[in-house]
Amino acid sequence: MALVLLAAPLLTGLIRKVKARLQARRGASVLQPYRDLRRLLGKEVVLAENASWLFRTVPYLIFAFTWVAASLVPTFAAGLLFSWTGDLIAIIALLGAARFLLALAGMDVGTSFGGIGASREVMFASLAEPAMLMVILSLALIAGSTQLSTIAQFMLSPAAGLRVSLALALVAFVIVAIAENARIPVDNPATHLELTMVHEAMVLEYSGRHLAMIELAASLKLLLMISAIACIFFPFGLVIGAAEAGHYLVGLGAYGLKLAVAGTMLGIFEMSIAKMRVFRVPNLLGGALMLGLLATLLLFVSVGL
Amino acid sequence: MIVAVLICIFGLLGLGIAGVGLALRPLGRTVVYAAAAGLCGVIGLLALIGLGRAPSTILLPLGLPWVGAHLRLDALSSFFAFVVGVGGAGASVYALGYGRHEQAPQRVLPFYPVFLAGLFLVLLADDAFSFLFAWELMSLSSWALVVSHHREGDNVRAGYIYLLMAAFSGLMLLLGFGLLAGATGDYAFETMRAAHPSAGVAAFVLGLALLGAGSKAGLVPLHAWLPLAHPAAPSHVSALMSGVMTKVAVYAFVRIVFDLLGLPSWWSAVVVLALGGITAVLGVLYALMQHDLKRLLAYHTVENIGIIFIGLGLAMAFRANGFAIGAALALTAALFHVFNHAVFKSLLFFGAGAVLSATGERDMEHLGGLIHRMRISSFAFLIGCAAISALPPLNGFVSEWLTFQAILLRPGLPQWGLKIMIPSDGALLALAAALAAACFVKAYGVTYLGRPRTAAASNAGEVDKWSLSAMIGFAALCLLAGIFPGVMIDALAPVSQALLGARMPAQLALPWLSIIPVEASRSSYNGLLIFSFLAASTLLTVWAIHRFASRAVQRGPAWDCGFPDPSPATQYTADSFAQPIRRVFGTVVFRTHETVVMPPPGDVAPARIEKSSRDLIWETFYEPVARAVTATADTLNQLQFLTIRRYLAFVFLALVALLLALALWQ
Repeated sequence: MALVLLAAPLLTGLIRKVKARLQARRGASVLQPYRDLRRLLGKEVVLAENASWLFRTVPYLIFAFTWVAASLVPTFAAGLLFSWTGDLIAIIALLGAARFLLALAGMDVGTSFGGIGASREVMFASLAEPAMLMVILSLALIAGSTQLSTIAQFMLSPAAGLRVSLALALVAFVIVAIAENARIPVDNPATHLELTMVHEAMVLEYSGRHLAMIELAASLKLLLMISAIACIFFPFGLVIGAAEAGHYLVGLGAYGLKLAVAGTMLGIFEMSIAKMRVFRVPNLLGGALMLGLLATLLLFVSVGL
Repeated sequence: MIVAVLICIFGLLGLGIAGVGLALRPLGRTVVYAAAAGLCGVIGLLALIGLGRAPSTILLPLGLPWVGAHLRLDALSSFFAFVVGVGGAGASVYALGYGRHEQAPQRVLPFYPVFLAGLFLVLLADDAFSFLFAWELMSLSSWALVVSHHREGDNVRAGYIYLLMAAFSGLMLLLGFGLLAGATGDYAFETMRAAHPSAGVAAFVLGLALLGAGSKAGLVPLHAWLPLAHPAAPSHVSALMSGVMTKVAVYAFVRIVFDLLGLPSWWSAVVVLALGGITAVLGVLYALMQHDLKRLLAYHTVENIGIIFIGLGLAMAFRANGFAIGAALALTAALFHVFNHAVFKSLLFFGAGAVLSATGERDMEHLGGLIHRMRISSFAFLIGCAAISALPPLNGFVSEWLTFQAILLRPGLPQWGLKIMIPSDGALLALAAALAAACFVKAYGVTYLGRPRTAAASNAGEVDKWSLSAMIGFAALCLLAGIFPGVMIDALAPVSQALLGARMPAQLALPWLSIIPVEASRSSYNGLLIFSFLAASTLLTVWAIHRFASRAVQRGPAWDCGFPDPSPATQYTADSFAQPIRRVFGTVVFRTHETVVMPPPGDVAPARIEKSSRDLIWETFYEPVARAVTATADTLNQLQFLTIRRYLAFVFLALVALLLALALWQ
């Protein structure tokens, strides 16, 4: 639990650094997100005059929901102590709850930007969530479980093999992960141009420690998604069951490497593509939903595909 | 056991008669609602006790002289009686406060207890005659409640359509029971259960049950009356109709299909699964297009009925393939959702009623900012919104999670129809859940958050203590059923044991109160731990940040990218909030069109945006019928204005035709 919390801002810093280098800038240090968080935490909160109790509690709740979800995802070892408290569906639902609260907070102050952000976010989510669930269904049908650590164990075993449905699920999962984390081409995390904001529009009225919590939750969510992809599709080096300290070190190293690779790839991807128009995003997400459904249908037809 | 329940039901009926006299007395309202709450609570408790016991039956010398009234309380009816009892008790407590705003109590008080009695009697009935009698009692008393505010808006039309649909559903069930009774003509369920109808008859009965129970429950395309009638009634009755009466319709379907009809064929499961999936998604899409709070909630009832029917369809599919454990899981998921929906839908209608009595408004576009003035009810409504959106750790999530587990259970079914239908239903269910979350962000955000849009919204005050306690109680139930789902699943075990001969594994014995539908390596969920993790990490974060970082707060004007607009009209409205989703889904489903009409250059008139949408279901299914009836009536109408010669000619022709028919017949 503590590890993901500490590593999350580093990943965000790394992606920013990669993007900066590709733009031929030097860019801020990879540690900059930590400094930003410390600075935000130390500042006072400026609340809008008609902000309600909901607005003030939501940042902490979002952080808690994301943190609990992240702590259910295996990072470098599969045998998490509490992995049986929730499966992949529960993890996605926890993230869904965080988004539900954030969209409400966006509408709380009653400004048009908050509304635009919330309305577009729920539109994306209404397609991204089912796509994610279809991916989970196909994974669960392959591995015979919705439990993330069991899926990872299955993927490590030779029974997994190469499957059409797995490839479809991976593509759908990546599309959804990009949309869920408000990355380019769905949303731009760095923008403050009015008409292009989605996530940023919802958090526009936040400041100080509240903003710090939301930013930390956003980095956590990115880390969670990458960890989940790594754990399901690339489980190399994942420690299963009881093992020696050396295995854990290897697992940790592999995990760090996976994060670094994923972060770099995400940075390169974001640099090589332009943001989409809002109403083209549903096509992308609908495509992910169809891929997920196709993967599941294939598995219902034949477990071997 | 059944005798005690019956005494309570007759108490309710007597209360209805007493209500006629009590209605205009100052204490009448309190007496009727308090007694109704007590009786419902007692029946709910009795049903809970009766859940694990052997069925008890009784034969009353009422009704048709040669049939009598067979009544029976078994596990299935006990469970539904428990749901009705909880819903009825909550609605009655709520009405203790809410009923104060009633302009015409004499139109509500006599019918309310009779409606409750009708709901319970449907569950107890053990022969077709008493079942249909109770069914019509329930329909007619609720119709009287729907038209109690008959001078307002469209309520008379709503009541008219409701009456037609209620008659339709009664007729379909009548025909269905007629087929089940067969040649011997014995209407007792006992005989129907023993008789095994042929495949053709079973298909007809299933179709009639889908039409009869489905039109009462709100299956698409038979849902048209529901979003009209439910909002028209007073809010506590809306809660009962939406939260409880639709569940009694689900009961009718389960009773006929799972109990009386015997083994289903696999294609009937495909039909139910398809209807359930379509109902779930269309219901929530319709809801997203609404800006009347109560109508939005009524459309969500349609959605949740779809989810319940998906579970029932899965149970039928597994049962048809002799996979009893899977069927038990699917049926438990569906019945769990029956309970959950009864609780959170009632809670949400209570919230809508509180808004209505505080502001006089049902239209969300005239509300906003109520969270500041209705603190407690806004909190309870938020819990209801989160529960219906299937967010953990609340109850809605658990039942949808169980349904997903049932979908995942058995990909190896032999029939192609099921192979395609079950995963598609998984996608539809996921879509419905995500759209429901979107819809409730809209409902809560526009109604309770933001800035008040009218004077009525800015002058609202908190509602009375009775209403609040009912809402808080149901919000607590949402949380408890979400944290301790094992209790509910174990309570449902006798039902699936009785209907399917199998049950889910016992959950309460598991460590840490987690639930495991099949086996631990497959899937498990622990609401209690998730809730405590969430609570602990929230509190820890709040404490750490306030202790070590900063706790200073300053109030200022909203930032809004530097251009705050003082007018509340610039906020997002319910319509504009749904616009992206309308554009993505509505262009197909509702044929929505948006056009922006710009004034010519130099003209200072404002630009206009015009949107149009069509209700294709109404146009394809209802309007042709209405047109045909009108056309026939118009044609026949001419017969009223004929001369005496023509009437005599008609009489003569009719006589000749009859004689001719008689001659040919022999």
